[in-house]
Amino acid sequence: MSTIELDGVRKTYRSGSIEFEALCGIDIRIGSGEYVAVLGPSGSGKSTLMNVLGCLDVPTEGTYLLAGEDVSVMSEAQLAEVRNRRIGFVFQQFNLLAMLPAWRNVELPLVYAGLGRAERRERAHAALARVGLADRTENRPGELSGGQQQRVAVARALVTEPAIILADEPTGNLDSSSTADVLDLLDELHGAGRTIVLITHEHDVAARAGRRLVISDGRITSDERREVVR
Amino acid sequence: MSWLETFRAGVEAVRAHRLRSALTMLGIVIGISSVILTVGLGQGAQNQVKDQISALGSNLLIVSPGSSTDSSGLRGGFGSASTLTLQDAAAIGDDSVVPDAAAVAPTTSGSVSLTAGETNWTTSVAGTTTSWLGVRARELSSGRFFTDAEVEQTANVVVLGPDTASELFSFGSPVGQTVIVDGTELTVIGVLASTGSSSSGSSEDDVAVMPIGTAKLVTGASGSSVSTIYVEAASAETLGAAYQEVQALLLNLHGVAESDADFSIATQDSLVETANSTNRTLTVLLGGIAAISLLVGGIGVMNIMLVSVTERVREIGLRKALGATPRVIRRQFLVEASVLGLAGGVLGVGLGVLGAQVLPGLIDQPVAVSVVATLGAIGTALALGIGFGVYPASRAARLTPIDALRSE
Ligand SMILES: Nc1ncnc2c1ncn2[C@@H]1O[C@H](COP(=O)(O)OP(=O)(O)OP(=O)(O)O)[C@@H](O)[C@H]1O
Ligand SMILES: [Mg+2]
Repeated sequence: MSTIELDGVRKTYRSGSIEFEALCGIDIRIGSGEYVAVLGPSGSGKSTLMNVLGCLDVPTEGTYLLAGEDVSVMSEAQLAEVRNRRIGFVFQQFNLLAMLPAWRNVELPLVYAGLGRAERRERAHAALARVGLADRTENRPGELSGGQQQRVAVARALVTEPAIILADEPTGNLDSSSTADVLDLLDELHGAGRTIVLITHEHDVAARAGRRLVISDGRITSDERREVVR
Repeated sequence: MSWLETFRAGVEAVRAHRLRSALTMLGIVIGISSVILTVGLGQGAQNQVKDQISALGSNLLIVSPGSSTDSSGLRGGFGSASTLTLQDAAAIGDDSVVPDAAAVAPTTSGSVSLTAGETNWTTSVAGTTTSWLGVRARELSSGRFFTDAEVEQTANVVVLGPDTASELFSFGSPVGQTVIVDGTELTVIGVLASTGSSSSGSSEDDVAVMPIGTAKLVTGASGSSVSTIYVEAASAETLGAAYQEVQALLLNLHGVAESDADFSIATQDSLVETANSTNRTLTVLLGGIAAISLLVGGIGVMNIMLVSVTERVREIGLRKALGATPRVIRRQFLVEASVLGLAGGVLGVGLGVLGAQVLPGLIDQPVAVSVVATLGAIGTALALGIGFGVYPASRAARLTPIDALRSE
């Protein structure tokens, strides 16, 4: 069964009179529990694809079924709920709120899920422990290294136990050892049955995934599955 | 996300930018406190006037001499002529002519210097008849008031106001002592009780009351003119009738038409009304200025909230990505603006109440802080926060998550 089904998805950006088609007809099916790496040159439309997958942006054309539901007809509030329930995001720029300590950053999705304070606190701390930051819960992002910040972001992505984790160049700003930490975490999540879509430039990062999509000029040019070398 | 949760987050956001929040609130604080102070000043002045006027007595008509046209055809201003006489007072006292007047007290006034031993005190003098005590609703704290016989005989007796008595006689009872006025020895036969109206500038407790003839003697006045005739109506219901009767009688006695009346009759209500109308104009004027400063404060809140939205576009985008609906975002910014407004309002009330304590000492004016005005001020501040927060909040809510996330 596929969690993600894209059919003829197009995304056209319009700035003034100039139109630019960033996605030109994408058809993909991603099964539950798959680990997919999306590769492609800069400007090829990787982030645009990920935004569509994450319900952060709606396709101009085509249909997108997420767990069987057509998200292209949903309202903003419904999309917000879908993002909250089904998807965990990890961004290249971490996107942590600087004024909040680590655990308050991690609990944010639970706040919008409507959970009580005590439960949020407990789950946020558990998630931070899972990424190896049990002793950093009270630190603000500014007091953490880049690798630690990205681990906080991973904790935030997994705290709601979402079925899908979307990571847009999560290691783009990290050194090799932090990169390994974050990728290990993603492997672990994959092992626990989560669907993972990872966008990257780097082939050794993509090597962790069981399936590789290559995108170029808004089209999928290659889609191959291979044995994961560990 | 519950309201409590949202409120907590709002307080947190306001505290995260302490200085900016404080400066934003300052506009509201100043606006609210100045509204409280100006309204309080107006109210205080009105209360003061009301106290003074109600201390005069109850169901009272105050007849004052008015303008008169002299032989050369020049009209003097009100109070410039002595057109009221003892005969007028006597006529008003006639039950068959003015049946609704219960008591009449013709009064002359002036200023005299009293000497008791080494002590000297200048005060106002009221020369009147025995009905004065009842008409003016005064009581004695010691001694007695003068009698009809003493009025008749222009006896050398005086009843002192409590303040006058304590100025002249610091030790012992003044009753039975002697004060010298312009070479005439007067025996103190009683001391008035305080009117209890603490309003400053009131001379009700600093007065020397004596038989009308005696007063004329010591003030050097001659003739039968009086400066005021106090008329007490039998009840509040008959006040209007008494007014008509007194007016008709005096017009008739003086042989003038109503348009040329050489006297004026005031009721306590009309006095309060006159005083209040002047006060009210001033209060409205000052209050208007204060309200404008409040408005400016509200615009300050809107300005800061807009800056805050612009500055936090990324944060808004992230919150949306994590599942915040437009409604939640709108609420968050609305609550933040309300927290700014409310906190400003509470601080403003604090400052206003503090000012109301300090100000009377500085400008010698009472300031009345009413609970209604205070609650109203807090409500206004909250409404300002919400009102001026709506636009920034809906702007934040409308941002699409991806544009918000992508912005730098
Ligand atoms: N809001 C926008 N308006 C106009 N054009 C846009 C907009 N967002 C993206 N694009 C264009 O769409 C194309 C795809 O952008 P996208 O961000 O998906 O690239 P990418 O593959 O993620 O690149 P990178 O590897 O550099 O992150 C680019 O040419 C970009 O200029
Ligand atoms: Mg990109």
